[in-house]
Amino acid sequence: MEAKSKKAGASRLCCLCNLRRPVLKRPKTLQQICRECFYEVFEEEIHQVIVQNRLFKSGERVAIGASGGKDSTVLAYVLSELNRRHNYGLDLFLLSIDEGITGYRDDSLETVKRNEVQYGLPLQIVSYKDLYGWTMDDIVKMIGLKNNCTFCGVFRRQALDRGAALLKVDKLVTGHNADDIAETVLLNILRGDIARLSRCTSITTGEDGPIPRCKPFKYTYEKEIIFYTYAYFKKLDYFSTECIYSPNAYRGFAREFIKDLERIRPRAILDIIKSGEDFRIATTTKMPEQGTCERCGYISSQKWCKACVLLEGLNRGLPKMGIGRPRGVNGDHKMETKKPGSVAKSIESKQCGSLDF
Amino acid sequence: MQLTLEFGGGLELLCDSVKIHKVNINFPNESDILTMKDLLSWVRTNLIKERPEMFMKGDTVRPGVLVLVNDCDWELSGQLDTTLEDKDVIVFISTLHGG
Repeated sequence: MEAKSKKAGASRLCCLCNLRRPVLKRPKTLQQICRECFYEVFEEEIHQVIVQNRLFKSGERVAIGASGGKDSTVLAYVLSELNRRHNYGLDLFLLSIDEGITGYRDDSLETVKRNEVQYGLPLQIVSYKDLYGWTMDDIVKMIGLKNNCTFCGVFRRQALDRGAALLKVDKLVTGHNADDIAETVLLNILRGDIARLSRCTSITTGEDGPIPRCKPFKYTYEKEIIFYTYAYFKKLDYFSTECIYSPNAYRGFAREFIKDLERIRPRAILDIIKSGEDFRIATTTKMPEQGTCERCGYISSQKWCKACVLLEGLNRGLPKMGIGRPRGVNGDHKMETKKPGSVAKSIESKQCGSLDF
Repeated sequence: MQLTLEFGGGLELLCDSVKIHKVNINFPNESDILTMKDLLSWVRTNLIKERPEMFMKGDTVRPGVLVLVNDCDWELSGQLDTTLEDKDVIVFISTLHGG
């Protein structure tokens, strides 16, 4: 037993309470802290982020985008705890999207349904089938495994908004963590996607739209989310199988690069977020103008929103429509109306929609 | 030496979708200690059935894999140099996919 505690660093004690044996090295601060202090700082920091950024107002209805994965599962748990503990006065809901991926989403939705019971939060599921008439299984059958993430990502973004509208919520929160955001900053730089680069670090987005979204885990390291999951619940019920349709190579490289950096210098993740926040876009850079889709009324910088273009392609049996650089379909629809120099959004670059900013 | 190894976050898929493995490991040639470094090479040879690069990079775990030894972050116990003892529980959780 003595040897065992030696292994765990018995010579040192938790640098917060100075009483107990440390169990975690915090990536953010490199502090060695014990289990009890970890729970406390983990939850308290998220509370501080919520308070300092005024993420919520009392009486608001808030949907938690719930995929059944670790981040949204921890978010649902922590947010309902904090709501109780600090009297936020929020009505919380779980919102899940059923993309129609057999063997993946059907299993993860079972996890969310258990969370509904465990946390006592009402659950709304919206499906691609109902919204668009197509499941991802159908889409992949038609278009194959190339570009399917484009469909899934574009459809998910709208589906979350539509689900949120069904629930009549004031806000939507997602479980994106610090690692995800650092990764997205890099990806947007690599892709030259200035419009996304400038908003991907915002803790709240879409305040001008119908349903603002926010990310309470913006500064929360993935390592700590996993540690929390494991340490606290042992059995915290979450689903961790990769989407069967997602090769997701480009994002995968960025992700691995971030993890490599983290190993050398854990603060790199927060520093990349900071860099993203502090970018200033040159005033000479043309940004896409936000309008609404002429077909469905959803926000769009083009005549038709991306979902409508993709859907039109599917329904006409031309699934390549809307894939690739923007010279495509919207160009056809718009014809000469396209303003010279307008920067079209390149949604094809958004590979996997589970990290949708 | 008896050890319990647990794989999570998708890593179990690399070892026949079995999450918990109770294993018996001999000390490496004429040594009387077993370190995490020895264990990783044993796991790679004996448990990982596919895509070992999802688990390891060089002689250590791939960045993004969280390692706990008896519920404790292995960064506190010396990572690869951590000395293991009988009945230790080692957990490997991947963070590399799925949110």
